[in-house]
Formats: sequence, structure tokens, C-alpha cells
Amino acid sequence: MSGLLSREKRGSLIAIGVILSILLLFSFFTTGDLSLVRTGGISAYLNTINPGDFSITLLSGLLRGMLLFLVAAGLSIVFGLMDVLNFAQGGFFMIGAYIAYELHHTPAIIAAVPDGNLRFLLGALVAIAIGAALGAALERGLLRPLYERPLFQLVITFGVSILILEATKLIWGVSPRSWTTVFGLNEGSFQLFGQQFSVYRLFVIIVGFALIIAVALLLQRTRIGIIIRAGVQDSQMVEALGINVRAVFTAVFTLGCAVAALGGAVAAPFLGASLGLSTEFLLGAVAAVVLGGLGSYEGTAIASLLVGITQAVVAKFGVQYLNQPVWESLSPMILLALVLLLRPSGLFGKE
Amino acid sequence: MSDMVLEVRGIHTYIGQFHILEGVTFSVPRGSITVLLGRNGAGKTTTLKSIMGMTPPREGRVIFDGQDLVGKPPFQIAKLGIGYVPEHRAIFRELTVAENLQIAERRKGDLAARQDFIFELFPDLKRLYRLAGGKLSGGQQQMLAIARALVPENRLLLIDEPSEGLAPVIIEALMHAIQRLSESATVLLVEQNFRMASRLADRYVIIDDGISVQSGMMADLVNDEATIQRYLGAA
Repeated sequence: MSGLLSREKRGSLIAIGVILSILLLFSFFTTGDLSLVRTGGISAYLNTINPGDFSITLLSGLLRGMLLFLVAAGLSIVFGLMDVLNFAQGGFFMIGAYIAYELHHTPAIIAAVPDGNLRFLLGALVAIAIGAALGAALERGLLRPLYERPLFQLVITFGVSILILEATKLIWGVSPRSWTTVFGLNEGSFQLFGQQFSVYRLFVIIVGFALIIAVALLLQRTRIGIIIRAGVQDSQMVEALGINVRAVFTAVFTLGCAVAALGGAVAAPFLGASLGLSTEFLLGAVAAVVLGGLGSYEGTAIASLLVGITQAVVAKFGVQYLNQPVWESLSPMILLALVLLLRPSGLFGKE
Repeated sequence: MSDMVLEVRGIHTYIGQFHILEGVTFSVPRGSITVLLGRNGAGKTTTLKSIMGMTPPREGRVIFDGQDLVGKPPFQIAKLGIGYVPEHRAIFRELTVAENLQIAERRKGDLAARQDFIFELFPDLKRLYRLAGGKLSGGQQQMLAIARALVPENRLLLIDEPSEGLAPVIIEALMHAIQRLSESATVLLVEQNFRMASRLADRYVIIDDGISVQSGMMADLVNDEATIQRYLGAA
């Protein structure tokens, strides 16, 4: 809360404003038929600009940003606090998706819990529980003995991510699952400038926002939040004050994995469950964490949304003009490279 | 309870492969201000860290009010009633002054109970209460670091080089504050500034090359030119 608009902070906000404006303007003006401009029909082109397409692109971007945030939040706070970049975080997202899928499509469970909404909720809760249990086991069993050796921890989390991937292959095979059952929450849709957008996706965006704010309040207003923020700076000193910092590490790591698994669970109804989710969301989240400035929570939250919107805008443009889907998956890294050239420590990073 | 708050008996501490402390023995009487003296790199800071369990000794014992501290993790050692003010202060720069103090609470209400005493010792902190720790001057940060150690009821305070890098006026104020707080807690100090140390402390312990070589009353040391020359260089 210190220095509400210090010089650094003003710089961060300007950078965010510039990126966002470029993205939105680009997105808005490319919804029209650009070939008309070449033939001189400016007014004809302006008539083809489609605010509906634009709004949907924006909402899809926010949606993707929220999902990225659910992976990135744990990544960022854990890295700040414990200096561990948890490469397994994407794996937890993927597991969450498979669990939610499985609980919603297994006949026995359908018979036991016929209500689709309830079954979805059940899936999300089970995903959280399993994510938390696996996360706690990973921290206590594999990371804790290695706190003196950060590089080994990095390698361990990388190894665990491969393990999770292979285990998933073993259980569910390699073919992706697409969500086929219906449930009330997922059925409704609403109109925006003549375009359809699903109520469920809007619901995910809202849940994402609520989580961003809830975690921010946790960090700013609670004792555990103060401990986490202090630990990001100097965990040894926190321990010397009489606080069991290792227990805080475990709790934060566990929570980070649980939230990532929740992300996978809420994404499953529209993304399905597939092995590709693991790396796809890990890469985007890593880009967001670095883009936001390592160790900065607000930076991670904002950068997640920026990366999400970038991907949606590029995806839309790619479909309309390029016919090359590769740009969408590359776009977070391109955005990251451009921003780091101008601000080497990221949007909210310290030197 | 014995009249010794702390007894350090023959501790040996390694950092990596380096044998830093090769036998440090001394005791700290209740209510005293005891200062650890010695050249740079003699092992004074490592002694404090060994007591705190941050660089746990491999041999020897550290007895605090009858309990052996060796083998306990730092947070448990702190909870027994030891406040640690490390060198370079280690305040939390991103946290406000208020949060820097709140985090040190061991029980709810610790800060409320001690606030008046803390503000009386360091009136500046009251004015700076909502400011980020990183915005404070060096002297203010030092005051905050000491204040943080005063929030819970600590019976022993370990203070490492409080005068480092500070202007004489501020050192003067700090000395006054340490004198005041020693009325309610025992103080074990590391201090390079011999003038400050000699005016503040009742007792001294000299550490040389990782070994405690001499200890006694400060009043005797100030007249012992030979010892001062030998272990502390020009005083």
C-alpha cells in the first residue's frame, strides 16, 4: 500500500495501458474486412467492423487470462517465497481437468449424482482435494529435503511434471477427451452485439476475478499474508521471529497446487481434458509470472490477463487472416520478449 | 533459575566446510548488557547465529534458562523468548512499519501491550507507522529492527552491530534506547565501535579466530591497553 503512485508504479501502469490499448485497437480494427481497405473502400471497411466479434474476443481473452492466473498464482507466490519454480504446476492443471471430466462422465457417478451441476461441483472439489494432497506430498517428500539446493528442486519439479504426464497417460490414455455431458450451468448463453457467449464462461471469468481479489486480500489483510510477503523478502528473518516458516511453505505450496487443479476442473467443460493442457498452460503461466515481474502478485494477476487477451486477439486474427494457429501459442513468448526488452525486470519487478 | 540467562559452552560451528567457531564459551548474567568484541571475521556474528540455530553448532551446548537450544530450529528458539536483531537490520522493506511490528507478535495483543513502550523509546516510529520499511533512513531502520525484537516478551535480545553505518547523533540515541530496554531484558550485543561498547556494556567477551579468549567486566577492560591492542587493534 506504500506510495500509492510512486514513479515505478506509474511506469508499470503506463506500460500496461500501452500494451492493452495496442491489443484492443488491433483487435477492434481487424474484426473488419481489411481487404476492402486495399481496394479503397474505407467506409465499406468501417461498416464491416464487428463489435460483437470484438467483445467475444475480449471475453475469451479474459477467460483464458483467468485460467492462466489460476496456474500462475501458485507459481508466482511459491517462487517468491521459496525460490522454487514449480514446473509441475501445469500437470496439476491437467489432472484437475481429467478429474472433473471423469466425475462428470463416469456412468456409475452419473447414476449416483444425477444432477449435472452438483456433479460438476463435486468434480471441482475432488480436483482441489487431490491437487492439494499431491502438492503437499511433493513439498514435504521431495522439496523439503532440498531447500539448500534450489537447482535440485527445479530438476525435481521438472521430473515430477513428467511423472504426472506419464501417469495420466497410463490412466486415461493418449486420446483427448471432449466434454459431452450437459449441465445447467453450462447450457445457458447470452447475446452480445449479436454474438453468443456462454454463461458458464462468464461464470468462470467472475470466479477468476473473485479469486484474484480474495488472494490479494489474503496477502494484504491477514497475518498469514503479512508472513508470506515478509517471507518473499527474507524467510530466514521471518523464522528468527519465531514463525514456523517451513509450515508456511507447505501451506502455500499446497494451496498453489490446489488452485491449479481447480483451474483445470473449471476449464474442462470447454477445453476438455488432454495431455497438451499441461505444457500449454505451464508456458503461458511462466510467461505471465516473468512478465508481471518475478515475485509480484499484482504483476502476475495483471500479466495473466494480458497474456490471455494477447492469445485471444492473436488467435482471432490468425483464424481470420493467417490460417496459421501457431502464432497463438507463440504469442505469450513474443509479448514477453517485447516487454522484457523495454522493462527487463517485468511490469512490476524490482531490479 | 540460575542468575545466568544464557550459557554458551564450547560450541563449534561450521559454515559449509569452514570451521568458523572453534570453541566459544561464555555466559550472560541476567539483566546485564554483555558485548562480544573481536576483529572482523573473528566469529561474533556466527556466535549469535549459532545461538539462534541459524548456523547450528556441531559441538557444544547453548543453555537458555535451563534449556539446551542446540538442535532446535530457529523459530522454536525464538519462541522461547529470544529476540534477534541481525546485522544490516533485515527489516522487511516492502512491509509498512506497522506490519514489520505486527509480524513479530507471538500472541495476539503483544503489539498493543508494548506499543507505548516502543514509541517512548523510538518516537520517530509513531510518525512513520504507515510508511514502507524500505523508505526509512538507516537509523530509523535500525530502530525498527530493535523495536521488532521488543514486540513479544523476550528475555534475551541478541543485537548485531547496531551502530554500523550510522551517524554519531543517531548512535547516541540508539545507545540511550538500548540502555533503557536493558532494564526489562538481558542484552547480548556485537559491536565494532569500542567507544560505544565500552560505555554501554557491563561485561565483555573477546572472540579471536573463532575462540573465546577472554571475558570479564567492562570496567576492567577499558584500562587494559595491552588486551585492547592485542585483540581489537587500535581502540
